[in-house]
Amino acid sequence: MTIENIVVNMENAVEIKDLSKHYGEVIAVNHISFEVGKGEIFGFLGPNGAGKTTTIRILTGVIKPNGGTANIMGYDILKQSLRAKQIISVVPETSNAYLDLTAWQNLMLIGELYGIPKKERRDRAETLLRMFELHERQNQLVRGFSKGMKQKLILCMALLTEPQVLFLDEPTAGLDVESARLMRDIIRRFNGDGATVFLSTHNMEEANQLCDRIAIINHGRIAAIDTPENLRMKSSSLKSVEVSFNTPVSVDELCKISLVAQAKKMGDKIRLYTDEPHNVIESLLDYARSKRLVIISLNTLAPTLEDVFVKLIKAQGD
Amino acid sequence: MREYACSDQLKRALTIAKKNLRIYYRRGPVVIFGLIMPFFLFLAFFVGRNMPIERLFTGLLGMTIFFSSMSIGPAIVPFEARSRTLERLLSTPVSVWSLLIGDVIASFLYGFLISFVPMTIGLILGVNITNGLVLCLGMALAAFCFSSFSVLLSAYPPTDVPSTVMMISNLVKFPLVFISGVFIPILEMQDWGRIVASFSPLTYFTDLVNYSTQGIGYFSVFVDFVVLIGFTVLFLVFAIKIHEKTLAKRLV
Repeated sequence: MTIENIVVNMENAVEIKDLSKHYGEVIAVNHISFEVGKGEIFGFLGPNGAGKTTTIRILTGVIKPNGGTANIMGYDILKQSLRAKQIISVVPETSNAYLDLTAWQNLMLIGELYGIPKKERRDRAETLLRMFELHERQNQLVRGFSKGMKQKLILCMALLTEPQVLFLDEPTAGLDVESARLMRDIIRRFNGDGATVFLSTHNMEEANQLCDRIAIINHGRIAAIDTPENLRMKSSSLKSVEVSFNTPVSVDELCKISLVAQAKKMGDKIRLYTDEPHNVIESLLDYARSKRLVIISLNTLAPTLEDVFVKLIKAQGD
Repeated sequence: MREYACSDQLKRALTIAKKNLRIYYRRGPVVIFGLIMPFFLFLAFFVGRNMPIERLFTGLLGMTIFFSSMSIGPAIVPFEARSRTLERLLSTPVSVWSLLIGDVIASFLYGFLISFVPMTIGLILGVNITNGLVLCLGMALAAFCFSSFSVLLSAYPPTDVPSTVMMISNLVKFPLVFISGVFIPILEMQDWGRIVASFSPLTYFTDLVNYSTQGIGYFSVFVDFVVLIGFTVLFLVFAIKIHEKTLAKRLV
């Protein structure tokens, strides 16, 4: 393959067309297509076994798809895989640093594999180790590191190459609150410098806080793709009113209120799902008066990303 | 313009080799399979038998370079698959061939350097080396050939269990030692034995050692070198082709 043949689309960092992958009869990725814009933080959500990791493995050149194409910054991941790999980095869910090397040796190894000149890789490594507060343990074997330290080191190794596209697979899973927050801050800062982030996560709040757009994948197919806000707004049926009374009330009884689609007990509160929250509030006030109940609290709630996710996954399951 | 310069990939292969030497060649099994086992095999077969020192030297040198060059090579890929570092390597801008050449270089350096232990023992015991250049070139080529063979042995089945690969590797290695003129010189073999021996790369190295120490060889030096080079190329090509198809299958 020659450089002259490359058609570079400068607007998209990642372009996937009709991508598919199967293992025997099991379809892991089923003809998916989408784009990730340059400089975007793109969330990739889905339940276990939905096809997230397979998609990331294809995009990072680890496995080959059975059909379709995937381009990273214009480079075909199949035909120009080394060029594509040169401009990406991966942070996997489970740390894959070499346990029998020190943190410093791991960083130097990655620097050499990406062809980064010696002085530059040393300078970058020192800066990153300080940023992640690992510099004091840089000469210790990774074997003795905690999970959080290993995960920080993996992010250091990914950032050392100054990638244009960073793939993160559950980067904060199992981390303490402080480490997870540091991770998110670094991801934001990295994205602020113009790089693209492809983030696979189970953490809805994390996706909500970080991502410009989100794709939800289930059974190897894209169930939805939009901004977090648009996804929430599209799910009008997930609007709700949350109420609590001075004495316990039967959920079944509140279900009978007109316009209430569903009622759920949430601790000492009851959540009523409806398309018209204001009408339900009026009905609730009437109900409370008629039953001589005192309303302790009353809130209207927009659907959370988690609600949208569960709804979409259930809809696909049906 | 090619996708990547060959020299770039070779540099990265050297990085892989350096990493392997740091991580894998300090492990216990490497010392056991590379030095201790050939030494005990040597003792088992040669002690108590009245043989010239040169013949003992051929056996010890042949076994040491064969076992040490192949001691860890077959297990590196399964080790890396199990510790998930293989996935990291596959996502870096390093081609499969340079990854494997890196593994071969590490095995080669270890096998070649270790072979100077029996060499030194032989010299101390009075082995007369008549052609040192042929012997050294033969040692280097044999170490590279056996290292390539070790990487081929790790290609199939695509497992992430190192012990599975080591078991298969031992099943191949031991019979080869017995048919390659280590214990019975090729000149003393029957015709069928010589035909079988000609399929083993170790045969051509022991023939070179015989030539370098006793001045006699079954094949000419030229044939020994050409066949060793041929085996090396064959092992490497097959190793790269098979690994390219199976590497990703090791990822869970």
